[in-house]
Amino acid sequence: MISKLEVYSPKTLPEAYRHLQELNGRAKLLAGGTDLMVQLHDRVGVAPAYLNIWGLNDLRGIADAGDHVRIGALTTYTQLIKSPIVKQYCPILIEASKTVGGAQIQNRGTIGGNIVNASPAGDTLPILAAFEAQLELGSQRGVRVFSFNEFYTGYRQTILAPDELVLAVRLPKPEPNARLFFQKAGSRQALVISKVVLAAQAGVDDKKEIQYIKISAGSVAPTVIRLRQAEALLQGQLLTNEVIERARQTAMLEVKPITDVRSTEQYRRMITGNLLMKFLRLL
Amino acid sequence: MKILVIVNGNSHQIDAPPMKRLLDALREDLRLTGSKEGCGEGECGACSVFINGEVVNSCLVPVCQVEGTEILTIEGLASDNCLIPLQEAMIQIGGTQCGICTPGILMAAKALLDQNPRPTRDEIRAGLGGNLCRCTGYVRIIDAVESCASNQ
Repeated sequence: MISKLEVYSPKTLPEAYRHLQELNGRAKLLAGGTDLMVQLHDRVGVAPAYLNIWGLNDLRGIADAGDHVRIGALTTYTQLIKSPIVKQYCPILIEASKTVGGAQIQNRGTIGGNIVNASPAGDTLPILAAFEAQLELGSQRGVRVFSFNEFYTGYRQTILAPDELVLAVRLPKPEPNARLFFQKAGSRQALVISKVVLAAQAGVDDKKEIQYIKISAGSVAPTVIRLRQAEALLQGQLLTNEVIERARQTAMLEVKPITDVRSTEQYRRMITGNLLMKFLRLL
Repeated sequence: MKILVIVNGNSHQIDAPPMKRLLDALREDLRLTGSKEGCGEGECGACSVFINGEVVNSCLVPVCQVEGTEILTIEGLASDNCLIPLQEAMIQIGGTQCGICTPGILMAAKALLDQNPRPTRDEIRAGLGGNLCRCTGYVRIIDAVESCASNQ
């Protein structure tokens, strides 16, 4: 089977765009391979052709771009973990990257792969949602910038056109005193796919009144989601025990988890609420 | 597809389909059978090798991505029949039983010590988080890695 697959390995972005144009949706994108090679091994979702973009060095690197941090799509988890820029502006992305597999996966898996693979359990995705990241999408037609929060249209479905690549993620810098939260709940610490992931950022004043809050969760719906009802409830509120309890219950009801091999619907609802409560109590 | 790589210091040309797993190319084409297949999906780490100094699961890397790289496998650790201290420590301290996971554990432990010559026990546990061993219970593996850390 392996020997019948067509593989293209462009060295430049224009070359990659030309292949995408010609392949017209027949090809899957191959970045670090940490998900795709497993699918191939299990004979699941095998495509007739693969566009190996690993050689596109223009898609690597992390830069301070003024009001945002620009992360190239082929940046690996190890590169995120080691980046002083990410440490300064989005330390929870480092925490998240450390929970993705072991060193072997972190050296190979990429943030662009996490995005385009479109799993609702992608570990970095709730952070991108809570930071209201923008994606740079490139094709022969040009580059467009698209909101991460509108990138997914359904389970493992995205708005990425067949001739497009994700080039980079733009992560808006948080307010200087923003409080950040990331936690992944799974069966064990190492190398686990999450039962629930929660990421959030918030601003509180001296009286413990919430100025703004953005909350996102993974593994609890067909796509990564924002918890807009809990956000609306908390906006402008003083963080009393009663408010925290109402937010916990709102979050539990707002998510749409399923029961599967990793966990149950009920447990996922409970953990989502509890993780949000944990963050709010830390504020 | 013809692919040029340096494996354990020697140049090789591999002729294989582009999506063939590096693990299979090493074992079948180069007859380097030290790297093992456990799970085949990046969970167990038994197939760990270095590509350009970074430890990876060779079962998750297609050969089309290794053109021009330097690969180090378990066979490349010892030179002139002289084991590296990590290998000696695994034998002395008993960090190995059935042996299937041992090549991968050694590669991951070497990657850890290359980056962090004096890891704590927690850092050793995190560094070996991508490797499974079903025999030892890990204590002696961690003891062996720790003994090399303190000796350096």
